[in-house]
Amino acid sequence: MATMTMAKALNAALADAMLDDERVVVFGEDVGQLGGVFRITDGLQARFGDKRCFDTPLAEAGIVGFAVGLAMSGLRPVVEMQFDAFAYPAFEQIASHVAKLRNRTRGALSVPIVIRVPYAGGIGGVEHHCDSSEAYYAHTPGLKVVTPATVEDAYSLLREAIDDPDPVVFMEPKKLYFASAEAELPARTAPFGTAVVRRPGTDATLVAYGPAVPVALEAAEAAREEGWDLEVVDVRSIVPFDDATVTASVRRTGRCVVIQEAQGFAGVGAEIAARVQERCFHALHAPVLRVSGLDIPYPAPMLEHTHLPSVDRVLDTVARLQWDDQPDTRWVAA
Amino acid sequence: MTTTPQAVRRASPRTRRPATPAAPDPSAGLLPHTEPVRLLDPDGTPLPARDDYPEPPVEELREMYRRMVVGRRFDVQATALTKQGRLAVYPSSRGQEACQVGGVLALRDTDWVFPTYRESMALTARGIDPVEVLTLLRGDWHCGYDPAAAHTAPQCTPLATQCVHAAGLAYGESYQGRDTVALAFIGDGATSEGDFHEGVNFAAVFKAPVVYFVQNNKYAISVPLSRQTAAPSLAYKGVGYGVPSEQVDGNDPVAVLAVLTRAVAHARAGQGPFLVEAHTYRMEPHTNADDQTRYRDAEEVEAWRDRDPIARLEAYLRNRGALDDAAVAAIAEEAEAYAAALRDRMNAQPAVDPLSLFDHVYAEPTPQLVEQREQVRAELAAAGDEEGDA
Repeated sequence: MATMTMAKALNAALADAMLDDERVVVFGEDVGQLGGVFRITDGLQARFGDKRCFDTPLAEAGIVGFAVGLAMSGLRPVVEMQFDAFAYPAFEQIASHVAKLRNRTRGALSVPIVIRVPYAGGIGGVEHHCDSSEAYYAHTPGLKVVTPATVEDAYSLLREAIDDPDPVVFMEPKKLYFASAEAELPARTAPFGTAVVRRPGTDATLVAYGPAVPVALEAAEAAREEGWDLEVVDVRSIVPFDDATVTASVRRTGRCVVIQEAQGFAGVGAEIAARVQERCFHALHAPVLRVSGLDIPYPAPMLEHTHLPSVDRVLDTVARLQWDDQPDTRWVAA
Repeated sequence: MTTTPQAVRRASPRTRRPATPAAPDPSAGLLPHTEPVRLLDPDGTPLPARDDYPEPPVEELREMYRRMVVGRRFDVQATALTKQGRLAVYPSSRGQEACQVGGVLALRDTDWVFPTYRESMALTARGIDPVEVLTLLRGDWHCGYDPAAAHTAPQCTPLATQCVHAAGLAYGESYQGRDTVALAFIGDGATSEGDFHEGVNFAAVFKAPVVYFVQNNKYAISVPLSRQTAAPSLAYKGVGYGVPSEQVDGNDPVAVLAVLTRAVAHARAGQGPFLVEAHTYRMEPHTNADDQTRYRDAEEVEAWRDRDPIARLEAYLRNRGALDDAAVAAIAEEAEAYAAALRDRMNAQPAVDPLSLFDHVYAEPTPQLVEQREQVRAELAAAGDEEGDA
């Protein structure tokens, strides 16, 4: 075991994948000599050469479209979008080609591309650097969408993404890049399509992913003082989604709060809340509630703390789970 | 170059100083000729031979003629199939036969083609089964042929996006030691899309062996070229990316094949991408669903009939003694048979399987897709039971 950051684990995953499979090529903006603005590709060009890890023109649609062509030629491209919002120029390539080529060709062509997207906020970033864009990808059939919340998961999910026969949008929570934990690499944690119970509890289930997982864990710890024993489920794999683990947890606890950092309307949390309600209705003692970012464009750094789901906001929401069997007055018409 | 008196006067002071050699013009060799390359007059009369674009061998031109005749007959048949309800829609490329056939004839079988939805004729000319080519427009699936086997990407509907795929594929092939060339078809309108520019730029930066082949047929549905660009020619777009470019009379089959042959050789030799603009004309509406009377005059269309690429090549080959009445009749007969076989096969209702909708979303269906497949299976079974009861 060693203490390391998520950034280091991601770097190790890329290096190990490049070592194991010479078809793996890593490219994007500033990923070569600089090692990426977050240093996730640090040292890869020096170690593997500038054919395996290289900078491209500054054009995201070009980067993803180029990856499509490289994948068609038999390579395994791993591309970096420098920031969440900078990936939007690539959206047509992602939605119309990356996601659909297998389907359009009845499986004759597949494009096993990994698109790494540093996402979400909490780092004091200026505008266009802090978007939570996962719902756009999760809403696009043909893409897999995963997001780690722990150091070992970062390594394992990225290795699995590179090995996967389908395109994967790999969402990296920026604010967790430099959080450290004990980890032993090469780690192989639970596979895609598996949610994990990070903290067992009996009274309610907090379902979270990516940057919201530490918030959920902290809230669960704080809730002990209120007398609530909360379970925390880390979704990890948004697509494919693990209904079974989430459903089993909520059936046990009878209450559920879904937490995401992204704006709430039409988001991944809305999908999870709907799925839980469809599957657990008779086990629920209260409506499924959500804690999310506000339905606003990502705010300026000095205001982001109001936007981001906080431990207090999670606890306030848990308090509304009808513990006294009374309707939530918030929704009662005046 | 002629020397003007002014140039002489300006040059004279230099003679008193040590001469500084002029820096070579870095754009030399990148700009196209100011006039489109042409090797045949519209009536088929050969123009003086040129060193930069040698005439292709006559056997190749004969084969080009054959594929153009069959291609046009295919195109007419496909348009007819829309009227019979056998195709949802068909974007014709009639009038563009020299480009459609030249674009694939210049390639090896192992080279890759990146077509748009208007390249049905090019793909049949490449030897892909016409029923598979028309799958997209028939509507029983999206892409009917196997792109890996045909070395042909699915026909691309989102404009210009294939330009970047071609750059990636070509670079990936050379990266793995293969001398594959990729040819991307694109129309005049799509040169306004960002992906055209990103594709050409990526290909140039990575020296990817790609030929970008712009068929300038003068209209993007209804919007004329003047609304796409203020450039003197679409081939001038190459110089900004360091890509050598040429413009060619797209209704001169000999010139089209000559220019593309050189462009492909340039790419295959490891010199990077090449951009070709072919000046041609779409003789039919954008698709069968389009009303071209709203944006162009019949006289304009009629004027282009005098520049028909098939008549032009036929006249030339007849004059050279490479084609006679019997050969022309045999090719026409072959084209009729091709169209008749296509018509017969397209008249059969294709079988579609609703459960196949779930097969190729991912390599393995997600649990959610498995659930939905079961739901559809149950719906189909229930519908079948009802039919059985009735």
